[in-house]
Amino acid sequence: MSTFLGMPATAPRGVGHLRGDEPFPAAAHTALANDQLRRNLRHATTTIRGKSGRVIAELPDWQELRSAGSAIKADVMSRLPELLEELEARVTERGGVVHWAADANQANAIVTELVRRTGSERVIKVKSMATQEIALNEALEAAGIQPVETDLAELIVQLGNDQPSHILVPAIHRNRSEIREIFLTAMPGVDPGLTDDPPVLAAAARKYLRETFLSTKVAISGANFGIAETGTLAVVESEGNGRMCLTLPDTLITVMGIEKVVPAWRDLEVFLQLLPRASTGERMNPYTTMWTGVTPGDGPQDFHLVLLDNGRSAVLADPAGRSALHCIRCSACLNVCPVYERTGGHAYGSVYPGPIGAVLSPQLTGIEDNASLPFASSLCGACFDACPVRIDIPSILVHLRNRAPHPKSERAAMRAAAYTMDRPKLYARAQRAAKLARIAGRRGRGLPLGWNRARDLPEIPAQTFRDWWASR
Amino acid sequence: MSSKDVILGRVRAALRDAPAPGPVPRDYRREFPAADLDVLVDRLVDYKASVRRIGSEQVAAVAREIAGGTVVVPEGLPVAWRPEGVLVDDGLTPDRIAAADAVLTAAAVAVAETGTIVLDASPDQGRRIITLLPDVHIVVLRPGQVVASVPEAVARLDPSRPLTWISGPSATSDIELNRVEGVHGPRHLHVLLLDS
Repeated sequence: MSTFLGMPATAPRGVGHLRGDEPFPAAAHTALANDQLRRNLRHATTTIRGKSGRVIAELPDWQELRSAGSAIKADVMSRLPELLEELEARVTERGGVVHWAADANQANAIVTELVRRTGSERVIKVKSMATQEIALNEALEAAGIQPVETDLAELIVQLGNDQPSHILVPAIHRNRSEIREIFLTAMPGVDPGLTDDPPVLAAAARKYLRETFLSTKVAISGANFGIAETGTLAVVESEGNGRMCLTLPDTLITVMGIEKVVPAWRDLEVFLQLLPRASTGERMNPYTTMWTGVTPGDGPQDFHLVLLDNGRSAVLADPAGRSALHCIRCSACLNVCPVYERTGGHAYGSVYPGPIGAVLSPQLTGIEDNASLPFASSLCGACFDACPVRIDIPSILVHLRNRAPHPKSERAAMRAAAYTMDRPKLYARAQRAAKLARIAGRRGRGLPLGWNRARDLPEIPAQTFRDWWASR
Repeated sequence: MSSKDVILGRVRAALRDAPAPGPVPRDYRREFPAADLDVLVDRLVDYKASVRRIGSEQVAAVAREIAGGTVVVPEGLPVAWRPEGVLVDDGLTPDRIAAADAVLTAAAVAVAETGTIVLDASPDQGRRIITLLPDVHIVVLRPGQVVASVPEAVARLDPSRPLTWISGPSATSDIELNRVEGVHGPRHLHVLLLDS
């Protein structure tokens, strides 16, 4: 297929972490059998839900803030080209260099080349969904550059040769004894007497990373917000590893999805109230760093901003689905989702798990490559209620289910059902046949669709409504 | 054709039929009463920061007592606040900063409702690196710098300066969601709130 200017393109295959190895039902099946995983997840999601609910209740204007956040994001999407150009102009004025990456391959190539030019063989990384999405670490490793994750959870995932399973707390699926094992096996110079006490584990990570922070000349980050009006970028974090990466090295490379731009400085007054309370259940996260281009004498003197499309323009092209791009990656929808709570993030096969992942990933990749994800939901609506920018995830899920390719046999069965239901006599006969089937055997036997592997068929009643009506 | 043209072309095509969105409703709280210092103290303590309300003339002595050793200060820190023998940052190497026991700075703004202190790298706060490497950060806060809310703080700050928003000491909740103070940033945050 040839592409031409102006044709929104989905994220390319063969690179990045947006597609799983198996469909959601199969992956979920494996996860559901893991008791430890389910215990870890239930504890984590229940705890965050409680904390978040308490601090949100402190704000009398939470709903007004949500509406403002939603409207700002809708405004951003409608003016995206002009806002991105404004951001580029402001960053450039302040001594930064802006790069545009149409997809994951281009972004990885740009970043790799920028790192190569510094001569550094190692980079320190701030936790970033965008760089996870494009598999930047794998690309850097292939180029002989060692990426070191500096967020504690990302470090646990990296040392464990694992994949993150939650947007906010990527190692949520691990408990303390598993983390201790990972450190003992993979952390250079670790104290063999390490206990599984969380402060002891955190101190081991601090010790391990300190030297790396002070001796690495290049850092790579994502961005929570990029402000068009001022060219300011913001990274919201907890541990201080972000501050280390954003302040200590000579070169800073920030990879930002194009949807993360916000129009004005003032808009932060909305998002800095919404994000921490919805995300970690704190009134404010411990650290936020904001920088505008290069500041002489303070922080990296060489700053590059890589603006990433990688399927976002394709999401934008769907009027019913584009609001998935409003997401500020708080993960509130994961923590309230009954499906996520039981399967965890790996089952979704994408770096974006949970309800938002179920709408974002299939749109970024094209629905064919993530056809099962829109069905990974009970449509209970808890995610919509929890979303700090009011993304109507259930409606997008339903919309995407209609666009998802259905198996041939399912389509045939649905066509047959529609035909039958359009014809009253035929329908009555079918109901009688169903009654016979009930007598004849187990529920759902002989259904060719595989539906009954994940769904309970309703009991067929002893008497149909029509029979009852006729006999009245 | 540049990637920029490709991306902007795609985005424009995607938005071709998009309706113009309505105005952004700004009916969330934007008027606030004077900042309540007790709320600020409560929030700071909730985040495991320690707070002392002292007179300006006590800063040097209290800072000395908290630090117990070497204290780094930015060049623009008021001389009266400096404990004896401080290390003034005139371009210190990271190793020397990391080897200090504490750092003492002023602040730009504080937010009562969230327990947040913002540094904007003014001369009395210094380069970002000095408040990052020592294990103890002592912040001197004047009552006039405290606002009630996030919108007021955003309005007071200059985005062209490097900004660091601090809410309690460094913390992580990555291990079974147990909050552990101090992973990479300063493990201890001490706020000296001056009498007016």
